[in-house]
Amino acid sequence: MFLLRLTKRLLLMLAVIFTAASLNFLLPKLAPKDPIETKLLELTETGGALTDMKGLVEAYRAKFGLDRPLAEQYLSYIKDTASLDLGQSIAFYPARVTDLVGRALPWTIGLLLTSTLIAFALGTVLGALLAWEGAPRLLGLLAPGVMVLAALPYYLLGLVLIYVFAFSWRLLPLGGGFEMTAIPGLRWDFVLDILRHSLLPAASIVLASVGTWALAMRGMMVTVQGEDYMAYAEANGLSVQRRFFSYGLRNALLPQVTGLALHIGYIAAGSVLVERVFQYPGLGNLLFAAIQQNDYFVIYGVVFILVVMIAVLMLLVDMLYPLLDPRVRR
Amino acid sequence: MNRRLLAGLALLGLLVLLACLGALTVDLDDARPLSADVAQPPSWDNPLGTDTAGRDLAAVLVVGTLLTAKVGLLAGLIGIAVGTTLAFLAAYHGGWVDRVISFAVDVLLTVPGLLVLVVIASAWPGQMTTTLMALVIALLAWREPTRQIRAQVLVMREAGYVRMARLSGQGSLAIIFQEMMPNLMPYLGAALVSSVSAAILASVGLEALGLGPRDEPTLGMTIYWMISEGAFLRGLWWWIVEPVTILVALFVGMYLVVIGLDEFANPRLRSLK
Repeated sequence: MFLLRLTKRLLLMLAVIFTAASLNFLLPKLAPKDPIETKLLELTETGGALTDMKGLVEAYRAKFGLDRPLAEQYLSYIKDTASLDLGQSIAFYPARVTDLVGRALPWTIGLLLTSTLIAFALGTVLGALLAWEGAPRLLGLLAPGVMVLAALPYYLLGLVLIYVFAFSWRLLPLGGGFEMTAIPGLRWDFVLDILRHSLLPAASIVLASVGTWALAMRGMMVTVQGEDYMAYAEANGLSVQRRFFSYGLRNALLPQVTGLALHIGYIAAGSVLVERVFQYPGLGNLLFAAIQQNDYFVIYGVVFILVVMIAVLMLLVDMLYPLLDPRVRR
Repeated sequence: MNRRLLAGLALLGLLVLLACLGALTVDLDDARPLSADVAQPPSWDNPLGTDTAGRDLAAVLVVGTLLTAKVGLLAGLIGIAVGTTLAFLAAYHGGWVDRVISFAVDVLLTVPGLLVLVVIASAWPGQMTTTLMALVIALLAWREPTRQIRAQVLVMREAGYVRMARLSGQGSLAIIFQEMMPNLMPYLGAALVSSVSAAILASVGLEALGLGPRDEPTLGMTIYWMISEGAFLRGLWWWIVEPVTILVALFVGMYLVVIGLDEFANPRLRSLK
């Protein structure tokens, strides 16, 4: 059962990645004039300094040019993409897109994973407590605030946080991944510097998404509390903690994990914009810079890697499922 | 009447009122660059200040709110229209039509919409305009409505009054438009608001990434210029506070209306308060 499910999910993942790669190939072809070729020609005509641009145009023509049938171009493109050869940057020629993306990826993954895990854990427990009768009354006062925050896009909350904590109070840096003057290295002060810079971007993702998880969990917990096994557990005299965690939370958690898998794309897209707002040196900022400079290969490269990352994360969350639910293990 | 719906409608109503009042009192031509001194704090002449390109921000915010609403409404309406049609086709027709539509929706919902829109928008060779952006966003705006409305139609199809109508010999179209549509209205309303909200979210996102219409001062473009021109470093607080406040009010308002309508449409949710 589980193996079949896993195979299905793997196939779906490959289909999504394949579609993303094909889209990157086809879209510029659909436009009346190939935007990439136009841009490249423009650069060779105007950019005196970029003498080597001719080489890039030749390479592009050879790979995508009209002299070869479309099917052949497509095949070689897919082959290159599968071996993670994403071409070369136009703006930073001859830098390879794979290297640029590789440098930015750890920042994105670090920010995305930590803030999502924190938000998910906090929101789930908060939501469960909101539906629990014995929970402290004070939590109920927290609920409306958290819900309103859930209405905001991450980056908008990010702008508010920058304004308050970095612009008005000057407690934290305005943006960036680390101080300009800092020398990167595995030292305590540099690590602290990175943490200080990631605090606001992470906080904007956590604060803006906690409410979503809390709301969903509260609904599930209400349903679970009506189940017979909850009454049975109480009749057996199990402790409140045991009933809350092992009987209530554990069962209400399952749809919540499905929700996590479904939301990863949304969270990743949101964090791309957060990176842009904070000039955080991850994929979002790279994407923004590439869009500014019409650096098509970098745009497509970043989007492709993000799609792959989201697909892989979704698969990982899906594989968590049997750990939580003994019924699907069979 | 529930409180959330009321609060949301009040917030959105306030924004509409402000936009209308602004349109009557502010010279909207001042939303163009170089119509005032650059980077001025709020004053008698420019009550909301100006930006670094010399746009009067009062005019920018009025025009921006209207343009952003236009993008959201256009994309949202197309999304709902296409979504409702597909949902009825899938749920009412059933069989392979349902399977194809449901599969397409399931797969497309896992794809991060904003990223696809980035690829599409960046491949566009000409100038970006608000109308064009709405159409691009509409390409993906039908996914959520299709899924939501399909589920409702599936439930409704088995309802007593629909069976009654079928037994008494009414045609499919008559059943859909006379029996089901009126009962779907609260759901359609909630779906429309969340679809408009999602479209505005996508448009502001695209604009913040620099893919928006450079000649039209939407709210997202205002955010884009504000960040690109370093409003934080230059200390131009009014340029930051004003568009962010409007966007916050807009998103919170739409969110409250969506939850409120949901409560209205699903009486079961009321006990969760």
